[in-house]
Amino acid sequence: MGAKRFGGLAATILAMTLAVPAFASDAKDDPLAAYRSGEMYSGYVTGDPSSREIQDDDMMNPSFLWVDKAAELWTTADGTAGKSCADCHGDVESLKGAATKYPTTDAATGKFMNVELKINDCRERQMGAAPFKFESDELLGMTTLVKLQSRGMPMNIDITGPNEKWFKKGEEFYFTSRGQLDLACADCHITNEGMYMRAEKLSQGQPNGFPTYRMKWQKLGSLHRRMRGCNDNIRAEKLKGLGEDYLAVETYISWRASGLPVETPSVRK
Amino acid sequence: MTVTPHTFGLRRPMIACATALVGLTLAGTASAEMARVQDPGLQPYTINGAEISEPLTAEPGDAKRGKALFINRKMGNCLTCHTAPIPEEDFHGNVGPDLAGVGSRMTAAELRLRLVDAKALLPESLMPSFYRTAGLRQVKKDFVGKPILKAQEIEDVIAYLQTLK
Ligand code: HEC
Ligand code: HEC
Ligand code: HEC
Repeated sequence: MGAKRFGGLAATILAMTLAVPAFASDAKDDPLAAYRSGEMYSGYVTGDPSSREIQDDDMMNPSFLWVDKAAELWTTADGTAGKSCADCHGDVESLKGAATKYPTTDAATGKFMNVELKINDCRERQMGAAPFKFESDELLGMTTLVKLQSRGMPMNIDITGPNEKWFKKGEEFYFTSRGQLDLACADCHITNEGMYMRAEKLSQGQPNGFPTYRMKWQKLGSLHRRMRGCNDNIRAEKLKGLGEDYLAVETYISWRASGLPVETPSVRK
Repeated sequence: MTVTPHTFGLRRPMIACATALVGLTLAGTASAEMARVQDPGLQPYTINGAEISEPLTAEPGDAKRGKALFINRKMGNCLTCHTAPIPEEDFHGNVGPDLAGVGSRMTAAELRLRLVDAKALLPESLMPSFYRTAGLRQVKKDFVGKPILKAQEIEDVIAYLQTLK
């Protein structure tokens, strides 16, 4: 696995650095240019036309039912402090750009967090309220509302300093085969991107559109739910949502997505 | 003959060694060396170069059952990665090669190693080892200690592949 891992990483880095100029010259002919950055592309590019059409129209995108509820929660006081998000943050637009840097080490607590965990951190420390549960409508909606403020802005993950060990752990996970089928994330999303597995065209498995509305789920779902599904498909034990393993993988794939625009809330089949 | 059980954590070194054996044999420098493999709970088998010559079961494979296993998404699920001459099934994958004519290209003994443990031939292979229980990580509880296909099912799929002439 060692050789493959570093080979893959080297190729990825090379691709990311070399391909940028090429991209700039092709950009005006490519209607999907906004969903690419160098060699990286979002799942929108390999997605089916009907999902894309729904994603393109906020009125049709069912994710906005959750966003609307989250906007109400934003101004609703909760917890022992009797405060709402809005009491401290004002308009949610004040969080423009914030989501692009997550997962990262939180300056206030020194803990490593993605957007979900940061929202729950504010609930616990700032509001004296219970954290929202993994995959609850509240957490999905609020995460989507926060990420929506960064829609169109490039992902920008720092993997130095205290973030480095999370990146390394995630990279290791990504290239390690697991499950009864003995496959690694990289086997499908790097080695075979663009190929078909039955009716599914393999994308790069990019995280920039999450939470995503999936037709198969008939609801909004988180990145960690998607990873649980990808583990289950190869008959691997599903790991804990918001647990350390998936948080580390999120770091690795969010770094890989650097330069891709935040696309939340995306729509997939 | 070297005995190389699949032991936990030693999977990769064992494979590297089996591959070295295959390489030697193909280069014709050594008299066909063999590796004996036994995973927990499974029949032992002998890898001889790029082949497993001995069937895993006394009962011959059944091509009809084999075709059903080949298609079944909970069993072989081979169409996930392969195209095959089965027009009645929609959506064939293209991660692996087209299997049309594979029965002319490969012998039963070669197909057996391919199915049992493709990684013994090519450590970086993406094709799952269908008859293996050792050296795997994070396996879903219901499947721990179980191969993807049982010995008879492997023989059935081989019988089907041999009809693809
Ligand atoms: C057996 C192949 C396979 C493996 C292994 C696999 N995936 Fe996937 N994954 C898929 C398929 C198929 C899809 C749906 C089509 C697509 O976008 O690639 C998908 C989709 C995704 C998506 C959604 C992409 C989007 O644009 O919405 C993410 C994220 C993802 N995978 C991450 C992972 C991670 C992380 C791992 C390892 C824990 C992993 N996958 C392992 C097959 C796989
Ligand atoms: C009592 C005031 C207070 C409340 C209430 C509050 N926050 Fe915060 N929030 C902060 C402060 C202060 C920071 C920055 C420093 C820190 O994290 O302690 C912050 C940071 C954040 C960040 C990270 C911003 C960045 O640039 O990285 C997010 C996201 C966030 N809050 C979301 C929320 C949400 C969602 C709610 C409501 C559920 C909420 N906050 C409620 C005070 C508050
Ligand atoms: C996860 C993807 C995957 C699955 C599932 C899979 N294969 Fe493969 N298979 C491959 C790949 C990739 C190759 C090419 C060689 C290699 O990488 O090992 C291959 C090669 C083969 C070959 C050699 C063909 C040749 O012409 O050299 C045979 C035979 C074969 N597979 C049969 C099967 C059968 C039968 C099944 C179902 C029981 C199956 N495969 C399931 C990926 C897969």
